[in-house]
Amino acid sequence: MDKIIGIVEKYYPVYLSGLWGTLWISAVVVLIGTVLGMGVAAMRMSRIKPLNWIADIYIEIIRDTPILLQLYFFWLLLPKVMPFSLSDTQCIIVALVVNAAAYISEIIRSGIGAVDKGQWEAARSIGLSQVHMMAYVILPQAVKNILPALCNEFISTVKGTSLASVFFVGELMTSFKTVQSATFLALESLIVVGVIYFTVNFVLSRLLRVLERRLMVSD
Amino acid sequence: MTDAIIRTEGLYKSFGELQVLKGIDVSIRKGEVVSIIGPSGGGKSTFLRCLNLLETPTGGKIWFKGQELTGKKPNVRQLRQQMGMVFQNFNVFPNMTVLDNVTLAPVLEKKIPKQQAREQAMALLQRVGLGDKAAEYPRKLSGGQKQRLAIVRALAMEPEVMLFDEPTSALDPEMVGEVLDVMKELAQEGMTMVVVTHEMGFAREVGNRVLFMADGRLLEQGTPADIFEHPQHPRLKDFLSKVL
Repeated sequence: MDKIIGIVEKYYPVYLSGLWGTLWISAVVVLIGTVLGMGVAAMRMSRIKPLNWIADIYIEIIRDTPILLQLYFFWLLLPKVMPFSLSDTQCIIVALVVNAAAYISEIIRSGIGAVDKGQWEAARSIGLSQVHMMAYVILPQAVKNILPALCNEFISTVKGTSLASVFFVGELMTSFKTVQSATFLALESLIVVGVIYFTVNFVLSRLLRVLERRLMVSD
Repeated sequence: MTDAIIRTEGLYKSFGELQVLKGIDVSIRKGEVVSIIGPSGGGKSTFLRCLNLLETPTGGKIWFKGQELTGKKPNVRQLRQQMGMVFQNFNVFPNMTVLDNVTLAPVLEKKIPKQQAREQAMALLQRVGLGDKAAEYPRKLSGGQKQRLAIVRALAMEPEVMLFDEPTSALDPEMVGEVLDVMKELAQEGMTMVVVTHEMGFAREVGNRVLFMADGRLLEQGTPADIFEHPQHPRLKDFLSKVL
């Protein structure tokens, strides 16, 4: 215990910058991943068959390969194919976004599918346009359906960023490695990181639960 | 018949192998209240849902105000704005207040100013006894109130025809009357109505004409007196003996 306190006292700036890295990378991935996820969900539900196929193949590939492999893939691929230079962190963010968007799109699709068929028919029967129907009738109801699953996905994303430590991009797990190699106190250093992860995700899940309850009230 | 507001000719509808409509010819005049009766699975609801193209017919033709709906590119949205529909399960929007349920389509699709749409909606809600519920969410309403709301939501678009798909079948018996009263009032005001119903009382007293459908065919039609007092087709006689 003393060792842990000693580590925290001496290396807290390292952990703080790691925590900051984890938080901003997670936020960026969740935001862009959600927007892209909506797009992919729309492709999967589109009447245009080729769009269905592309989205299907994309989701299957992401689901059936390890996330670590996906990180390596984009980390190796992007610098070769992009006309401008990308940092390791940027490559990793792209990979995490591509991964998250696939899962989020499936969550969104199932949430929309769970909205009662009668709601679609009623919206059509009063002559709502496709866009208005989705925006005012279907999506607001779908959001309630998907919030719990979306919370899980957000928390997975925060945890998933730890894999980026393989590439030393400066998130929380990287700070474990830094402190460990400086102090040779591997277990103690790991426990500190574990407590930080737990706290972040615990707070996040509580916040999302409050939001969920708020939305239920209006129903 | 040239004064028909809705006309169908040889209407067919199949779901895969299952043929639900086998050639329906019907003509409905403006201001008419037409009840469709018949055994379950006889195609009544499917026929009704074809009229506003919630189901796409597999064959035959439909005209609405002289325009063919079964042609190449019908303006489905415009059609539906002129043809209100009331469903068995109400299908009110649970995510918005009673008032917003009513004003949604007029504001979004007819570009009616919000304030005006609200006033019109309040007037309609008051007419069906829901004036004091305007700010509530639908989950606080009873089945009968939800169905009255659904009727008002359709009326807010000022349709020329109202389609009712078994509007009282999902209601507790004590709430059937309040919904039928609203429908009677509408009929008296001259609204053109097509009503799929199991309420023989409504078909008999309010309707101008009754269609009897079974096995995907229109087997008999006539005035309520014809149908209920002098049924001809054996299937109709059999049906009436069971329901009356």
